[in-house]
Amino acid sequence: MSVLANPQLWFATLAMATPLALPAIGGTFSERSGVVNIAMEGIMLIGAFFAVAFSYWTNSAWLGLLFGMLMGGVISAIFAWAAIRLAADQVVLGMAVNIFAAGLTAFLLDTVFGFNGTPANTPSLPTVHLPWLKSMPFLSGVFNDQSVLVYIMIVIVIVSHWFLFYTRLGLRIRSVGENPLAADTAGLSVSRLRYTGVIIGGLLSALGGAYLSIGILHSFDVNMTNGRGYIALAAMIFGKWTPFGAFGASLLFGFATALGIALQSFNVSSNLLGMLPYVLTILALAGLVGRSTPPAADGIPYEQHR
Amino acid sequence: MKSVWRAIGTPVLASLIAIIIGGIIAAAIGYNPLQVYGSLISGAFGGAIPLGNTLAGSVPLILAGLGIAVAFRAGLFNIGAEGQYWIATVAAVWIGYHFKGMPGFLHLIFMLVVAMVVGGLWGGIIPGLLKAYRGAHEVITTMMLSYIGILFAQYCIEPGGPMLEKGYQPQSPAVAQNAWLGSIIPNSQLTWGFAIAIVAAVVVWWILFHTTFGFQLRAVGSNQFAARYAGMNVPLYTVLALGFSGVLAGLAGAVQMLSQDHRLTQSFSSGYGYTAIVVALLARNNPFGVILAGIFFSALSTGSQNMQLVSGIPQSLTDVLTGLIIFFVAAERLIPMALTWYRRRKSGRLQVSLPEGGRTDG
Amino acid sequence: MTHFLEVIDLKKHFPGVKANDGVNLTVKSGEVHAILGENGAGKSTLMNMIYGLYQPTSGQILLEGKQVEFSSPRDAIRSGIGMVHQHFMLIPALSVAENIVLGDEPGGIQYNRKEAVRRVQQISDQYKLQVDPTRRVADLSVGLQQRVEILKVLYRRAKLLILDEPTALLTPQETRELFEIVGHLKAEGIPIVFISHKLDEVREIADVVTVMRAGKTVETLPIGDATPQDLANLMVGRDVVLRVQKNPIQLGNKLLELRGIHVRDASRHERIRDLSLTVSEGEILGLAGIDGNGQSELVEAVAGLLPTTAGSIHLAGQDITRVRPFDRTELGIAYVPQDRQRDGLVLDFDLVENIILRDFHKSPYSKSGAINYRAARAYAERLIREFDVRPADADRKAGELSGGNQQKVILAREVSRDPRLLIAVQPTRGLDVGAIEGIHRQLLRLRDNGKGILLVSLELDEILSLSDRIAVIHDGRIVDIVDGDSATREQLGLLMTGVKSTAETRGERV
Repeated sequence: MSVLANPQLWFATLAMATPLALPAIGGTFSERSGVVNIAMEGIMLIGAFFAVAFSYWTNSAWLGLLFGMLMGGVISAIFAWAAIRLAADQVVLGMAVNIFAAGLTAFLLDTVFGFNGTPANTPSLPTVHLPWLKSMPFLSGVFNDQSVLVYIMIVIVIVSHWFLFYTRLGLRIRSVGENPLAADTAGLSVSRLRYTGVIIGGLLSALGGAYLSIGILHSFDVNMTNGRGYIALAAMIFGKWTPFGAFGASLLFGFATALGIALQSFNVSSNLLGMLPYVLTILALAGLVGRSTPPAADGIPYEQHR
Repeated sequence: MKSVWRAIGTPVLASLIAIIIGGIIAAAIGYNPLQVYGSLISGAFGGAIPLGNTLAGSVPLILAGLGIAVAFRAGLFNIGAEGQYWIATVAAVWIGYHFKGMPGFLHLIFMLVVAMVVGGLWGGIIPGLLKAYRGAHEVITTMMLSYIGILFAQYCIEPGGPMLEKGYQPQSPAVAQNAWLGSIIPNSQLTWGFAIAIVAAVVVWWILFHTTFGFQLRAVGSNQFAARYAGMNVPLYTVLALGFSGVLAGLAGAVQMLSQDHRLTQSFSSGYGYTAIVVALLARNNPFGVILAGIFFSALSTGSQNMQLVSGIPQSLTDVLTGLIIFFVAAERLIPMALTWYRRRKSGRLQVSLPEGGRTDG
Repeated sequence: MTHFLEVIDLKKHFPGVKANDGVNLTVKSGEVHAILGENGAGKSTLMNMIYGLYQPTSGQILLEGKQVEFSSPRDAIRSGIGMVHQHFMLIPALSVAENIVLGDEPGGIQYNRKEAVRRVQQISDQYKLQVDPTRRVADLSVGLQQRVEILKVLYRRAKLLILDEPTALLTPQETRELFEIVGHLKAEGIPIVFISHKLDEVREIADVVTVMRAGKTVETLPIGDATPQDLANLMVGRDVVLRVQKNPIQLGNKLLELRGIHVRDASRHERIRDLSLTVSEGEILGLAGIDGNGQSELVEAVAGLLPTTAGSIHLAGQDITRVRPFDRTELGIAYVPQDRQRDGLVLDFDLVENIILRDFHKSPYSKSGAINYRAARAYAERLIREFDVRPADADRKAGELSGGNQQKVILAREVSRDPRLLIAVQPTRGLDVGAIEGIHRQLLRLRDNGKGILLVSLELDEILSLSDRIAVIHDGRIVDIVDGDSATREQLGLLMTGVKSTAETRGERV
C-alpha cells in the first residue's frame, strides 16, 4: 500500500499517460469524422523529430513544438487527402504513414545530425512548478515539476470534450462520422469536415510525440515512440471514442506502466511487470467495457456520384 | 486477364513510383541514385550468397505474411503476429532442448507443431474468443497479447529467467542440432525453411480457394451477415481464422529459429510480424503474391546493408521506400485520376468523370 | 400561377446507363405535382440533379425563371429546394433537433441546444407536425422519422418540397397523416413534387402528374384527365395486368407451426410475445404489419438466427426449436431475406460462389471438405439460364448486378434447393414491374407445387394479391388472421394498428 500512497507513482502515471492521451484524443477526432486513423504512431514520430530539430535550429523549444505540430499536420493532411479524395483503404494508409515516418525520421536523424544524434544542447520545454501546492505534499508531489505539456494535455482533454459535444463544428464532425450522406444533403461539406477531424488528430498526435522528445527529454531516438501510437489506438477504442474516455484509458495504461516501474524495487522481473498494462487492457475489454461501437461511418470513404 | 493485371499492376507501379521518389530524395541530399540502387540490388541479388540471404530473409515474412493475409481474408486484422512469432519460438526452443534424445526429423516436426499450436492459441483462439463472445476488438487484443508475448520471451532469458543458459550470454540453450533445418546454398543463410514457406503458400492458397473451410472463411470475411443467413457459424470462423493466422505466425517463428539462431537470444526486435502486415497488403492477401512480396521486402532489407556500406546512404532509406510503396498501393486511384486530369487539361473541356461502379437506382 | 421550377431536356448519363435521357418538367407555385414512374424510370436521378447531388450531363434547370447550376446540395438548399429522400438522411445517434438544425445550427462557436429545441418546437407547432425534439432519432418509428425529414426541409425555409417515394415504408394510417401534412403545406403555398410508383396515391394527392418511363418524361396531364389504366399504360408502355392470376388452393398438411413463442432481439428487448401461427403446404401466408412490429424477429426465430425464450417451433411435426440454423436449412427451410445486399449475397463473390452459398458443403459441390468448382459452375450456369439472370455470366461478382438480377440469384438459389418452406421477406422491394411479376410467378409456382410460403411484406398490395391467408402482426402479437381473397386494405390497415375490428373475420383461426 505504501507504493500507492507514494506521490511518485501518481506523478509517473500522469507523465506516462500524457503521450497516450494526446494521440488517443487525436485519433478520436479523426474517427469521429469517419476516418479510421491508425497512423498516430507515425505522426508522433514526425512530431517528435521535427520538434527536436526545429528546437535546435531556432534555439527555442516553443518554436520547435510549433513546427513539430505543423509537420504532424502536414503529414496528416496528406493522409487525409489520400483517404478522402482518393478513397484509399484507411488502415493500409495508416500502416504506410507509420512505416514511412519511422524510416524518414531515422533517415533524417542520420543524414542531418549524423552519428551522434541530436545535439545535447537542444532546448526543451519547461516544467511547471506551483509554489502554492507546497502545503499539500501529496498533490505537490504529483503535479509539481511535470512538463508544461502535461498541463496543456489536461486542458486539451476538457476543450476537446467541449469542442466535440458542445460546439457547432463538433456536431458537424460527429454527423459526418455517423452518416456522411445525411450531412451532405443537409448542406455540409463532408470532405472539409473530415479534413478538419484528421488534421486536428494529426496536430494532437504530433504534440504527443513532441512531449516525448522535447517535453521529458531533449533528444530524438530512432523509433522513440516505441508503440505508444498503437497503445493510444487501444485507448481510443477503450475510451469509446470520447476525449474523457480516451484520457481515462490512457491514465489506466499510464498507471499500469508506472506501477510496473515502482514494483521493480521489490525485485520482481521488469519484463513480467511490463505486461501489466496489456493484461489489464485485455481483462478490461473482456469484462468491463464490453462492446464498444465506433462511429457508424468510421472507415468508409464517402463518394459522390457526380 | 484484366483482373490479373489489376492485381499485379498496382503493386508494381506503386513500387516503381516509390523507387523514383526515393531516387529523387537520394539525389537531393547529394547521393548518386544509380549507385544507391545499384548497391541495393547487388546486395540483395548479386551472387549466390546474397541471393540465398535474401530468400532466407523472406521465409519468416512469407509465413507470417500468409497468416496476416488469412486474417484479412476473414475480415480480421491480426496486428500481433510479432508476439505470436515469439511466443511460439519460446515454446519450440523449450521443446528443442528438453527432448534431445528424439530422432531429428520427429523432433523437428514436434517443434513445428508445438509452435503452430502455441501461435494459434496466442494469436487466434484467445483474441478470437474475446472478439466472438465479448466483442473485444481484435486489433487491440492481438496487439496487447503481442506485447505480452514479446515480454514473456524476454523474461525467459533475463537474469534469473527460466530458460537462461548457464554462462555469461543472455541466451537459452540451443535446440538439438540434429533437428536444425539444413542449408540449401552452402555459406548462405538459405535453409529448407524456404521450401516450407513455399509449400505453406500453396497449402494456404488451396485451403482458401478450394475447401469448404476457406469458402466459409472468405464468406464470413466478405459479408458476415450473408454468411450468418447462409447458416455459417460466424463466431466459430472468427476464432478459426485468427487461429489459422496465429498458426502461420508461430510456424514463422519456429522455422526461423531452426534455420538461423537455433536458440533464444536477446534479439527480440525482429519486426517480422510488422513487416509481414506490409507483405500481406502488397500481396493483396493473395498467397502467391505473399511469396513475391516477402522476397521483395527481404531484398530491400538485405540489400540495404550493402547499400549503406557502399554508397554511404543510411539503411533507413528502405523504410521510407516501403512506406511510400504501401502509400501508393493504397492510393491506387491516384494514377487513373492523374491521367483523367491530364486528358481533361489537354482536351481543354470539362468531362464528367465518375468513379467506377456508378449504378443508379430509381 | 407562376412557373416555379422548370426542367428543360435534362440528361444524365452514367457509364453504360442513360439514367435520364430527355426530361422536361414544369412545376407551378402551389401545386402538388406527381412524378409517376416505375422503379428505374429515372425519377430519383432527376431529383438528385435538382437537389445538386448529381450534375446533369446536359440540359437546363430553371428556378423562378433563372437558370441554376448546383454543384452540391448546399447550393440547392440555399436556393430554397428541400427534399425528403426515399431512404431517410438521418443520423440515428443524434437527437431530432440536432438532425433538423444540422448545417444551420443556432449559436456562435458553441451550439445552442436550447434554442435549437425551441425553434424546432415552433415549426413543429406551426405546421402541425408533432414530434419531440429531444428524442434520439434511433428511437423513433418510421413515420416519425419522416416527419423529422419534412421538418428539416421546413426549417431551411424551403420554397419547394420534393418527396421521394414518401409512402414506401408507411402504414395506411401514417400515409393518411402524411397526406394531411401535404395538404397543410400546399395551403401555405409550398409547391410539392411527389414522386411515386403507386397509382392510387398519385390520383389521391396530386393536382398534376408527369409520367416518366426509361429515363424520359412521357406526358404531363392534370390528374382529373387520367384514368388509372391510362397512367399504368403510360408508365410501362404496354398494357399491364394489375391482378395476379391464382390457381385454386390445394391445402396440404400443417408445415410450420409456431406455438406460443417469445423472442428477444439482439438488444434483449422482447419483440415477440406468445405468438402462434401455422403455415400449411400449398398456401401462401402473408404477414402484414407496420415495419418494426416483430416481423424481423419472427422470421429470424423461424430461421434459427434468434433463439426463442419460450414456446416451440415445429416443421412438419418435428420440433425444431433447438435446431441450429444450418440444420434447419437442411430440413427444408429456404429464406429470401429483406436486405438482399446485406443478408442475401456476398457481393465480392462471383455468382458461382453465391449460388452454392448454402450448399457448398454438399455433394456434388464438395467432397470431404474440398470444393468441386466444376460441378458448382455447371449448377450455377443452369440456374442463371433458368431464372434469366442478366448478364448471364457466372464469373461476374454479385455486386456488379442490378438489384432485380441480384434478387433473381437469391430466389434461384433458395427455390432450387427444393425447400418445403420458403420465407420471403419483402421479395420485390425496389424492383421494377417486370421483375416483380417474375418473382410473384415463382412464388405462386412453389405454392402450386405444395410448398408452404411465409410472405412478409410492407406492401399491402403485394400481400393482398398473393396471400391465401393474411396474418396481421402488431407489437409482437398476431392481431388477427383473415382470408386473403376477401380482405380489404382498410380492414388490414386497422388491424395493423392493433385494433381488432368488430366486423366478422372470415379467415379460420388456428
